[in-house]
Amino acid sequence: MGLVTATVDRLTFRNFTELASLTGAIAASGFRRFSTYRQATVASLVTNTMFGFLRTYVMLAIVGTAGATLAGYTGAQLAGYVWVGQGLLGVVLLWGWNDLAERIRSGDVVTDLMRPIHPVLSYLSADLGRAAYAMMFRFLPPIVVGALVFQIYLPKDLVTYPLFLISVLLAVIVCFACRYLVNASAFWLLDHRGVTMFWLFTSGIMGGLYFPVHFLPDWAVALLWFGTPGPSLLQAPMDIFVERDGVAIRVGLIGIQLFWAVLLLWVCTVVQRRAERKMVIQGG
Amino acid sequence: MGETLRIYLQLIGAQGRAQASYRVSFWLDLAGNAIVVGADLLTVLVIYTQVPKLGGFGVAQTLVFFGLALAAFSLADLFVGNIERMKTYVRMGTLDGVLVRPLGVLPQLLAMDVGFRRLGRVAYALVIFAVSLSYADIPWTPSRVVLAVVAPLSGAVFFCAYFVATATVAFWWVESGELANALTYGGRDFTSYPITVYSGWFRKLFAFGLGFGFVAYYPGLALLGIPDPLGFPSWLGWGSVLVALIAVMVAATIWRTGVRHYRSTGS
Repeated sequence: MGLVTATVDRLTFRNFTELASLTGAIAASGFRRFSTYRQATVASLVTNTMFGFLRTYVMLAIVGTAGATLAGYTGAQLAGYVWVGQGLLGVVLLWGWNDLAERIRSGDVVTDLMRPIHPVLSYLSADLGRAAYAMMFRFLPPIVVGALVFQIYLPKDLVTYPLFLISVLLAVIVCFACRYLVNASAFWLLDHRGVTMFWLFTSGIMGGLYFPVHFLPDWAVALLWFGTPGPSLLQAPMDIFVERDGVAIRVGLIGIQLFWAVLLLWVCTVVQRRAERKMVIQGG
Repeated sequence: MGETLRIYLQLIGAQGRAQASYRVSFWLDLAGNAIVVGADLLTVLVIYTQVPKLGGFGVAQTLVFFGLALAAFSLADLFVGNIERMKTYVRMGTLDGVLVRPLGVLPQLLAMDVGFRRLGRVAYALVIFAVSLSYADIPWTPSRVVLAVVAPLSGAVFFCAYFVATATVAFWWVESGELANALTYGGRDFTSYPITVYSGWFRKLFAFGLGFGFVAYYPGLALLGIPDPLGFPSWLGWGSVLVALIAVMVAATIWRTGVRHYRSTGS
């Protein structure tokens, strides 16, 4: 018995320009889609700002008790860490993305498979467009509020700015890949809530959102950086922004992020291939 | 009155049976809900590996505030947490159906999706509160025992008021998204730490202006028998009952105004 593939043949792109223009168009549509959710953006900003205040006060109280520096951060650096984290939360989109899982549940995912572009690439392009929008309207406002109310650390080295942008880009890709995998579990489980909860719990802790991972013992810090994608989600761009370490280490952090981005995207394509092979579209 | 109550109980009972019939999902939700809250507890514990005291309080004392805040919040979340879906009810037009029935609007909405799965969180919160009390060396007196029971309950009533008041925003602003979270979840986080951690207008606004200081901090101080570093008298711990009542009255006014101004989404 011959195998019937679930997907149509994907276009072999004649050249890079063609591929770039296609993914560029998808990214632009992702940008436009999120630019229409204006009320929701304002609501999220208010919430991020509120949590920014709460976390900054707690961090400042810690440094106030501990002395001048703590775990390699000064007070201003910890305040900067908090506000960059609140801003990036909406950029990397740690929580609240279940588009793919919903499409798997409803069976709509079948139209994604019929498109002449690989689903992972297509979703990634749209996500990068969304992230570009979020960088302007979700990242900058909390930073401005934080800088106005508190004394937060702003980068002193010029080289930090390009490094930070590269690190954010990689963080978005790593986070996208994690979200894609969490969502893709719906191919097998249909009810992906258990996996989603596991992600909710681990991503905030291991990403360094609630407290810097450097607050943990050294062995745990090393394990997190090298053994999990967690710190690549938020801790890396946050540490680069507040210049916790020298330039060499900052570049090294980007190297770690690059490793996780490549590895996880590869896992996404493998999972996608497996899923397509076993998938049965539900319904009539 | 008795008849109305019976209808609500039936509605809630039907909800419970419906949710429990998806067995694996229900138990996963129940367990998962308890785990997710663990992130906050872990944060407190990790912070105390870095410093011996935070805002002048040791870990055992902070855990009393934390446990009290969490117990109050999870109880409120269990009973009225689903009002968060207000914007969905408005957008989908579900609210129109509710308005024409001969029962109260708010109780109907609350009975539409009772969060039995959130029982896990309540159990977890109550265990943390109980453990924190036993670790904190509390000089027990009859009045402290009463306060240990009354404080989480009045805190729960207080958070219920905030859930309802903030959900009312959806009447005017359908896509209010997570705006309410700033005061509900934000309020929980605020009150999980001693208010001496915060300062300036931020502390004044949230602790006294919006009343969050009376959920865990002042009752917690009264339980612990510690004088307030900010200089306020210890009987303020009992103020949590009064503050909860005021919050309920304000929330009820906001809610009624909202219902009166509701116009269907028109689609």
